[in-house]
Amino acid sequence: MDAHAADDVKKSVKTYYMIFGALMVFTVLTVAVSYLHLPLALAILIALVVATIKGSLVAMFFMHLMHERKVIYWALILTVIFFIFLMIVPLATNLDRIPGSHKGISW
Amino acid sequence: MEIPYTVEVRPDTGLSNGKLGVWLFLASEVMLFAALFSSYILLRVGSSEWPQGSEELSVPLAFFNTVVLISSSVTMVMAWASLKMNDFSKFRLYLGLTILLAVTFLVVKFFEYEHHLVAGEGPWHNTYYAIYFTMTGLHGLHIIGGVIVNSYLWGPGAKMWKTQKERFTNRIEIAGLYWHFVDLVWIFLFPVLYLL
Repeated sequence: MDAHAADDVKKSVKTYYMIFGALMVFTVLTVAVSYLHLPLALAILIALVVATIKGSLVAMFFMHLMHERKVIYWALILTVIFFIFLMIVPLATNLDRIPGSHKGISW
Repeated sequence: MEIPYTVEVRPDTGLSNGKLGVWLFLASEVMLFAALFSSYILLRVGSSEWPQGSEELSVPLAFFNTVVLISSSVTMVMAWASLKMNDFSKFRLYLGLTILLAVTFLVVKFFEYEHHLVAGEGPWHNTYYAIYFTMTGLHGLHIIGGVIVNSYLWGPGAKMWKTQKERFTNRIEIAGLYWHFVDLVWIFLFPVLYLL
């Protein structure tokens, strides 16, 4: 291992512990918000935003995505497109429901 | 025959083959879990009643497991960083802690499952429990897979450090990428199943 790379990693260690602290704070925040019994749509929005922030921190710092090669970004962009598609399609099947034909979308 | 590009990067991708391979594998894993999250949305939107997760499941236990899994991500990245800093004994300590934390997660999950199964709340109980057991079960299998790979790298696989330091460090980085992904999935499973 070259000394330059080892120095870079030494600097990163501090960052890893800071990210750990941030992840803990966000985890406590997620649980705390759930006790506020907010309206469901708002609760879902907050929970997903916080989870996305936490997930991004893990991917960017622990998985070193921040300093990764372009080819990985392209593969992940394609994955994100398919992911969004897969999330929206099931919801779209509910859009053309005839009013009154179904007792309840529960939220 | 020597396997190419295990340490040196391929000129066209700028990456070692193992690293590109694991990222493509993780992309396929995203789609696997996305299919289940998508099923969850479809089931929930199409249902006339849906239980509040916090009333069905134990939030304190899941919170504890979230802390355990996030901690294991830190110890995993520290195991890799220790190798980069040429400190093998610290690597052993951090990877050992990662394995220990993963086993702790599984033990907690076992007690959670046992509690629900004894109460007759198995996957057959209702749609909510069906999707809960499917998603957490698949995630649990990923944890078991990670424990097996990490245990190999902690034990017999660590011999490689003596002869091929950089190649072994790359193996730990790749195992780490998988492990962080497993953590990332749980970060979404926790609020979706337990809190909403």
